[in-house]
Formats: sequence, C-alpha cells, structure tokens
Amino acid sequence: MSAETTIAEQNAEQNAEQKKCVIVGSGHSAAQLCVSLTHAGRSGKIPVEITVIGDEPHAPYHRPPLSKTYLNPAAPEPLQFIRPENFYRENSIEMRLGKRVESIDRQAKQVCLGGETIPYDVLALATGSTHRRPPIPGIDHPDVLTLQTAAQADVIRDRIRSDRCVVVIGAGFIGLEFAASLRKLGVRVAVLERMERVLSRVTSLDVSRFFEAMHRHHGVELHTSVNVTAVDEVEGRLVVRTENGSDFTADFVVVGAGAAPNDQLARQAGLDVDNGVRVNEYNQTSDPDIYAMGDCCNQFHPIYSAQLRIESVQNALDQAKTVAASILGKPVKQNTMPWFWSDQYDVKLQIAGVSTGFDQCLIRGSAKLGESFSAWYLKQGRLLAVDAINDARAYAVAGKLIPTGMCPRLELITDTNITPKELLQSAKEESNA
Amino acid sequence: MPKVTYVTPSGDEVVVNSDEPNLMQAAVTNQVEGILGDCGGVASCATCHVHIDPQWIDKVGPATDIEQGMLELEDNATDNSRLGCQVKLTPELDGLVVRVVGQ
Repeated sequence: MSAETTIAEQNAEQNAEQKKCVIVGSGHSAAQLCVSLTHAGRSGKIPVEITVIGDEPHAPYHRPPLSKTYLNPAAPEPLQFIRPENFYRENSIEMRLGKRVESIDRQAKQVCLGGETIPYDVLALATGSTHRRPPIPGIDHPDVLTLQTAAQADVIRDRIRSDRCVVVIGAGFIGLEFAASLRKLGVRVAVLERMERVLSRVTSLDVSRFFEAMHRHHGVELHTSVNVTAVDEVEGRLVVRTENGSDFTADFVVVGAGAAPNDQLARQAGLDVDNGVRVNEYNQTSDPDIYAMGDCCNQFHPIYSAQLRIESVQNALDQAKTVAASILGKPVKQNTMPWFWSDQYDVKLQIAGVSTGFDQCLIRGSAKLGESFSAWYLKQGRLLAVDAINDARAYAVAGKLIPTGMCPRLELITDTNITPKELLQSAKEESNA
Repeated sequence: MPKVTYVTPSGDEVVVNSDEPNLMQAAVTNQVEGILGDCGGVASCATCHVHIDPQWIDKVGPATDIEQGMLELEDNATDNSRLGCQVKLTPELDGLVVRVVGQ
C-alpha cells in the first residue's frame, strides 16, 4: 500500500469531523503550516482545528533579521511577525505561547504540558534546533551568549555599545553576519574560527577567501585555524584563551558553532531519530499521525539522493506545505531545491542547492571585493549548487537548472560574455540534444 | 500614513493605510492576498512581486539591479515590476495603486 492511499484513507475516516492538529513549535514552519491549512478553508469551513504550542512568548516571527538589522541599539526594531495577530484570531488558531510540551502520549494521541493534556488527531513537530556550545571550560559563563531567539538577540542588543569589544567563536553564517552588524555599529570584534577558513562547511576556497577579505577590509580581527581552549573571567571581563597561546579579551562572547536538532521529544516518544527526526517524503515520522518539519527533521532529498537536515527558512516553509498537503488529504512528495541567503555589509550571498560532495568548482566572474561573481559546484559533471555574490541573475538561473538536472557546457559557465539567461538556454539545448 | 490600493490576483481592491516601512510589510500586516514575504523583506524570495500602476512608476522608481535579477526569469515581469519589500512607503506615495502578481 502506498503512502498516498494510507493518508487518503485516514482522511476519509476523519472527514466527518474537523481534525485537530497540534503544532509543537512556533517558528517559520509552524506559521506556514497555519497559513497552508487555513488557506484551504478560505471559501468555507476551515478543515482543521489548530493549536500552536511554542516555548517562546511571541507569535512566529522572522528570525534572519535577529543577527542583522534587529541589533541596532540606537534604532531598536520591533520583531517582524510572519503573520499579524489577526490572522491567528480570525482563523480560530489557539496560540499556547510560552509553553513547552513535555511529552507525547502516542497511544492516547495527546501531548502533555504542565499537568495538562491536549489531544490531537495529527501532530506536527516544528521544534527547531539549538545552537551548540562546544565543550570548552567556561563556555557556560553568563557573558557567553548565543544568537538564535528574540530573547537572546534582546540581551545582545542591550550589551552593544561602540566602546565594547566582542569575541565571536565560529565563522559560519551567524558568526559572520553578527560580526558584520557589529562593525556597522563601530564595535570592535574578533572572530575565531577553528577551521582553516571561514564558511568551510558550505563553500569553496575562493568564496571563503572572498568573505575573509571582506571582513578584514571592514575591520574584523579574523583568525582562522584557532582552537579556543577556555573562557575565563578576569577582573570583570572575559578572556578567551587559545591553543597557540594568544588571548582575546572581550566584554562578551557570542558562539556561532552550528546547531543540533531539537529531537528529544520525538526520541522520548520512541520515534525514529538520527540527527533529527526521520521523516519520509511526506514529512511523516515513523508514526503516521505525527509529522516533523524544519530544522528538527531529517529527510531523504530526491535531488541529492542523501539524508539531509537543512536549517533554513525555505526548508521550513516548503516542508510545512508538504505536511499541510498530507493533512488535507492531497499528499505531495517534498522535492524542492534548498536555497539560502546571507546579507553581510553590502554583499548579498544567495545559494541555490547544496554543494556538499562537489568535485569541481568553477568561478564565474572575479572573486574580488566590490565585484559580483558566482561559484558553480559540480559532482561528476552534474550541477549541485551555485553561490551567487551580488548576482541575483546567476542565482535565479541556478534555481531553474538544479531541480531539472540540466547543466550548461562548462566552458560557457566561466564565460561572462554569456549572460545567465543565455546559460539557461544553452543548458536546455544541451539536454534536448 | 500613506494610503495604498492593492489590486489582488482575484481582482479585489484592498485599500490599506499603513505605517509599515514598505509595500510588502503593509500587505502582510493587512493580509493582502498574493503577497507572502517569505524572506522577510531582503529581496531573496520574490514572493511580493507587484506591478506599479503606470501613473505611479516615476514616483516609485524603477527596480534595482537585484530586483531585476530576481525577476528576470518571471513570466509576469514587466517594466513596472517591483518587489514590494524594496519599495519604501513614504508620504509621497499616498494614493499609490499596485497590482499584486501572486504565485
């Protein structure tokens, strides 16, 4: 029996009454699931009764600005909500905010929180991820912070002053975006990266070198191949100690060293978990009445033929749409191309696809400061991903190519006399030939 | 507070008085059909594509390079296309009329 028929049969059984959907978590995917489920009921009764339970006190809000524009203490920005308060009220969505689900009772089909139980017909886990704190002595000092939630961003914003000195541990997207925000505000910042180059997990050498040059140009004290060994408090300030003996003094430290999926709830409930909650192509967990979406889940990706756990807005939104389709009885397999963006200073990095495992990287244009260029990642001649730096055209074209498996002739990719649009045309001709 | 009229993909006219910073956020806050604003307003998702009414295009101004890039492969893109998130709502735009392209 296929998953389509299973889901369709379940829906037929429950069609008589409004289904009760409980969403655990209140991030991007939770908001999108509410939007997609209620959209289906716009011309009549909403087919699903929705409860959102989230441990943050806010309705779902946009997280990306937290490491960027939100941090300016001179012009504090409000949180930008994904949908206005009216949306939840008008659609009778019950918002249980500031509450943490403690357990799932799969037999009774209910979730438990603070001595209370809430029943569900379908459960959607949108529990997100948590920024890691590497096992370093002193890493739990109250002045060592992470930047993931509005509450954490508020704490950091309150501490930002132009006479402060900040150390960032980790040169991934969050660390670099935060460093860029600090430099814009005139704050001294040192970034310490364990690997030999910045963004090493996600980009090629040329792109890393570009970002390193950019941050140094803007006054970031950037150190790579640096192992932090301890964070000590000395006379009211923090001293970050490193393996090579250099010390870095800071008023506070921010750690951006990757994130771990919040899959404890699923694990306790006996669901399949392995670097995130395992889900099938419909985002269904090993319990067919429980779905998972966003940062917390791990799914086989049809474009890359690999298990992926993707932390991004796009992934959260697209997986939520997949969950909604199944809950509404019209299951569709999740097969969208991942995409990402990062804004630092006046540079916009847009990434189409996932470059992991590439064996060739072609640079289109000049990877120099002030220029726009793109990095094209291939594996055995197949286009995996494109990093576009201030080049939305290359990004847009990559977004058309990658899902279809098309690729232009390699010598054309690096020829900037050929426009991205012409590259697309050439790839189409190649695939028809 | 500038007044903006959005003509939705279904042809409805939605009039909004908003102190939101841009055309996308004003639409999302007022639940205007067809404007999603998935990326939060950084010209990265193109889910706030609008056509500026021809009478207003001079005041609003043309699309920036990144907007043009994001819309280059969109079938519905015209010379009056903008991403709503990149159009700041200023008092000079009071009375603006835009057509929502939608998905």
